Amino acid sequence: MRDVAIVAFAQTDHLRRTDELSEVDLLMPVLHQVLGATSLKASDIGFTCSGSSDYLAGRAFSFTMALDGVGAHPPISESHVEMDGAWALYEAWVKLQTGEADTALVYAYGKSSPGEVRDVLTRQLDPYYVGPLWPDSVALAALQAQALIDAGHTDEAALAAIADRSRAAAADNPHAQLSGSVPAGDYLVQPLRTGDCPPVGDGAAAVILAAGDTARALCTRPAWIRGIDHRIEAHSLGVRDLTDSPSTRLAAERAGAFEGPVDTVELHAPFTSQEVVLRRALGLDAGVSVNPSGGALAANPVMAAGLIRLGEAAARIQRGESDRALAHATSGPCLQQNLVAVLEGEAAHA
Amino acid sequence: MPDVLSAPLVVEFPFTRSLGPVQSAFLTGLRERTVLGVRTADGRVLVPPVEYDPVTAEELRELTEVAATGTVTTWAWNPAPRRDQPLATPFAWVLVKLDGAGTALLHVLDAPGPGAVHTGMRVRIRWSPERTGAITDIACFEPYEGEVGQPSPHNGEFADPVTGVVTPARLDYTYTPGRAQSAYLKALSEQRTVGERCPSCRKVYVPPRGACPTCGVATAEQVEVGPRGTVTTYCIVNIKAKNLDIEVPYVYAHIALDGADLALHGRIGGIPYDQVRMGLRVEPVWTGEGRHPDHYRPTGEPDADYDVYKELL
Ligand SMILES: [Zn+2]
Repeated sequence: MRDVAIVAFAQTDHLRRTDELSEVDLLMPVLHQVLGATSLKASDIGFTCSGSSDYLAGRAFSFTMALDGVGAHPPISESHVEMDGAWALYEAWVKLQTGEADTALVYAYGKSSPGEVRDVLTRQLDPYYVGPLWPDSVALAALQAQALIDAGHTDEAALAAIADRSRAAAADNPHAQLSGSVPAGDYLVQPLRTGDCPPVGDGAAAVILAAGDTARALCTRPAWIRGIDHRIEAHSLGVRDLTDSPSTRLAAERAGAFEGPVDTVELHAPFTSQEVVLRRALGLDAGVSVNPSGGALAANPVMAAGLIRLGEAAARIQRGESDRALAHATSGPCLQQNLVAVLEGEAAHA
Repeated sequence: MPDVLSAPLVVEFPFTRSLGPVQSAFLTGLRERTVLGVRTADGRVLVPPVEYDPVTAEELRELTEVAATGTVTTWAWNPAPRRDQPLATPFAWVLVKLDGAGTALLHVLDAPGPGAVHTGMRVRIRWSPERTGAITDIACFEPYEGEVGQPSPHNGEFADPVTGVVTPARLDYTYTPGRAQSAYLKALSEQRTVGERCPSCRKVYVPPRGACPTCGVATAEQVEVGPRGTVTTYCIVNIKAKNLDIEVPYVYAHIALDGADLALHGRIGGIPYDQVRMGLRVEPVWTGEGRHPDHYRPTGEPDADYDVYKELL
């Protein structure tokens, strides 16, 4: 295996609306930031991969228009996933493993403000048995939350404490959409209150991956990807045990997460109840720092929020605030699909 | 705040999907007020039934009937139903394990309030009066205190089976095209064409998309182009498009407006179709309330030299 690291990360401020910005307008500043941080030009990049969904803003082929911001003409080596950017990062990591590229630009954006994201996300569900009922993302998360409460793994007060801790942490995150003291609010779908749910908004993020000595040349403390894996649950909700996440556990195991302690964890848990599931699946100690960025409860640009978890963990390593971090991304209803990466900083040389 | 246009946008399509044998039997069964499950090799009955085992990926075909009564395994109270959801009044989302089934089915429960719902409560199907072979043939579940339903064997065969479903999908947006395209559309309403110049390579893009795809930087400087331009290439359309009142054959062309570094496209009129040529000089013709030129017609100028527009092909 080649050593591959995250060498740069940037994210936009996440906002409820960005009417004056097209997707490419939203994206360009973060692309320029990661290129600037590594002194790379777009033409130096070996592979480019993005994650987004045109359904969010109802703008057909927005992912091809977003490529304008990369400088994709004359044609570059490029790919796109209709998934969170964390999976675009996975594809780029595989590309670097093949040796066909030494650097990769990965970006993701989500512009939820033009539509109704709760309705939009129903369109990713089983179109025969589930989609015609239009169960929205909050409703499905609420079914999972009630299952956790029934099983005695949490209660509404514990969920509210997760929300409070996340938004308090986000006070130090200048990009967060929701931070500080946020009321628990009314039930959106009981047992989840507005405070248990992520803010809806627009945002984008970008990272640069590099292999081996290229990474060392581009960054003083690269965040080395020691392992990365993604796994999926059965697609029918009624087949799954919604209180557990075996796919997260398996991905973590395959990524080597249990081979040593981690000091920082970035979990992609858009709903408070999902943090409970993930903590149980990963067997996290109470002492480990979870979502120091505030997590998806502070900013949840759909399609970018998972990539941001990897970026936030990497940024902490680059700043010397973490030596070994676990980053997680999710996709689909009730933590359907999960990606886990283990990131490490190199020990300081004596 | 820059002056940005916005407009309602509806994206709507009826998805037509064919059904596999197990899905067909299940949905046809609902039409006949019969709920079918499928048995896995280890004896578990999956409801709703799937065609492949979610654990072993083995093909599943052994159908069996389950009861229309069952037990709630988890629930969530929805105080504000959304447009396309099964009930218009507040309801509970539920996962229900039907009697005889080993897995739970997602649907909704009609109940007076969240206080009337709990995990473990007994419910039964309320059938929709009009059934077509769809998951919505189950109108909803309702609380039920009666007997535990007794499932009976079923071979899954029905007269006139459902072989496909049409699922309409509608999503509503408030579309905002962003700064560059707002400016372009506003200028068009004044019968002007405005592009944007790349600060790096100086190319002028029409219509502008906000960024230069070669340089990857934002374009901002607005440049009025045209109104005249040059046909760079064209085709002759011989097939009449639906809902388009234009006599065929006609010419559709790429037109490089004077001052633009990218050709846009439009119809050529005012000249017999077989006399249109590369290099022809044209100008826009605006009609009525049109937001775009209706077509372009010859200006009568001499044709442009190939060298002038060859980079714009
Ligand atoms: Zn340029």
